[in-house]
Formats: sequence, structure tokens, C-alpha cells
Amino acid sequence: MMFQFDSIIDFLQMNGHGIYVWLSYAAALLLLLLLAFSPTVQQRRFIIQQKRQQRIEQGVKQRSSADQK
Amino acid sequence: MNWQWFHRLGSPRWFYDKTSRWMPWILSGTLLLLIVGTVWGLGFAPTDSKQGNSYRIIYIHVPVALLALAGYYVMAIAGAVGLIWQMKLSYLVMRAAAPIGAVLTFLALLTGAFWGKPTWGTWWVWDARITSMLILLFLYLGIIALQGAYQRQQTAHKACAILALVGTINIPIIYKSVDWWFTLHQPATLKLIGPSSIDPSMAYPLLIMIAGFYGLYSWLLMHWTRSSILETESKTRWVQEIVAKKAS
Repeated sequence: MMFQFDSIIDFLQMNGHGIYVWLSYAAALLLLLLLAFSPTVQQRRFIIQQKRQQRIEQGVKQRSSADQK
Repeated sequence: MNWQWFHRLGSPRWFYDKTSRWMPWILSGTLLLLIVGTVWGLGFAPTDSKQGNSYRIIYIHVPVALLALAGYYVMAIAGAVGLIWQMKLSYLVMRAAAPIGAVLTFLALLTGAFWGKPTWGTWWVWDARITSMLILLFLYLGIIALQGAYQRQQTAHKACAILALVGTINIPIIYKSVDWWFTLHQPATLKLIGPSSIDPSMAYPLLIMIAGFYGLYSWLLMHWTRSSILETESKTRWVQEIVAKKAS
């Protein structure tokens, strides 16, 4: 098994087909990264929102117990 | 017979716990396969005698298209399981499969266009394979839209499951389209039965890429499902514990 191209320039150009090949791989990389990271972002947003919710609930509890005293 | 495993499988919490342990392993195996396959396919696989270097798009186009079709079955089966056994987790898997499938189908069409231009001289033709693939994209998008169209979650899930099941008719049509109709698209190069029409030196990186994409698909499906589990189960104690443990 050998590297099929003589130089890096040759590898990038691929006899004129380079633009199509590299665009395909770039588009795939970009869209797959988007698929991989969008749930991560969504989860982070969910955690932040839930934390805020928990803090509000705790605050309400503390205040109501302070009112009783 | 003991059906305990089946019911446990339907528990979102069990799924969340298990996948937390599986996902890093799946991801590292997947990345290894994809990197090896990409480097091999782009640099080391021999140049095609007819198509030149443009054929190297096969290493992305075929696995993506394959998973777009397989992913549709995953979505439809998950929907059917949800309809039959009223399994909540199953609907969440179905819902997660739709955006992943839509992106994969779009990528298959896009890389197909990039491959078509240098080999057929055109970006797009309205032939059987490409048109049926476009219908698949619309089916995926339709399910995403339908999901958002209902106020009640349960109604939305049922409607999506039925649409997904009806749409499965399209999958064998896509698969067989290159044999049934005259088309510019080349017939399948890898065959389950009988010899493949691709040289082993070109086929090995393709098989590695296909395996890698199966791994990537399962990882993505788990990732998306877990995200919607957290949101639908946000009121439960175990999710609140996870939230409390995580530093914001």
C-alpha cells in the first residue's frame, strides 16, 4: 500500500477533482459535528435552567420558614 | 419466560445510566475507525481507472446514505414498539432518530451532487434513486414538523409513529431503484450475496468507514435520546440529582 500522490499540492488538487472531494469531506465533517454538539449545548442549557429553578424553590422555602418564626 | 429485561429496557433511567458507561467506548472506537478509513480512502486507496479521484467521495457518500436508510428503519421500529407497548423510551428514540436521519439524508444528496458533477457532468438529475432519496428527506422533515405540531406529547408521538411506519414503503424502493429503473446512478458495489464489483483494495477502507458510521450513528442516537430524556423526566428525583451534581 502506497500513498497515491506525489506531493501535497497533488494530493489537494487530485487531478482537478480535489475541490469536489474536499468539499464533500468538509461538508460531512461540519454537519456531523453539528449533530454531535447540538444535544450537548441543549443539555447544558437544561442544567442551567434547572439550577435556577432549584435556587428559586430553595429561596421560597427559606422565606416561608422565616415568615413562620 | 422472564420479561424483566424488556421492561427495564423501557425505563429512561436505566437507559441513561447504561449509556453513560457505553458512550465513551463507542465514541473512541468510532473515531479510530473513521480516522483510519478517511486517511486510507483519501490517500492510500488506488485511483479509479474510469472516475479518477472523484470516486474517493464514495467513502463518505455510501456510509452516509446507508445509515440514512437504516436510520429510517430504526425510527419506524422504535415508533412501532411505542405504539404496541406504550413504551415512553421508545418514542424518545424515535424522536431522536428524525434529525439525525434528516442530516444524513441531506449529506448523501449533497455528496452525491459533488460526485455527480465531475462524473456525470451535472449536479442533479430527476432519476429514480435521487428522487426517492429526496422523498426520504421530506419524510424525515415531515416527522420533525409533525412532532412540533401537536400540543400533547402523546398525540404527537402516535402521529409520528404512524407516519414513520407508512414511510417505510420508500426504503426498499430506494434500495432497488437502481435495478428497477434506468438511472445514471451506478448499481450497488458491495453485495451481501455474491461477489462485489469493487476491488478489495478499495473495499477495505469502505467497509471500515461503514463500520465507523454505524458506531457514530448509535452514539448520536444515544446522545440525542439522553438529551430528551433529561427534559421529559425533569420532574423526577434522579434527574434533579444529576442536575444538583453538575456544576453550572
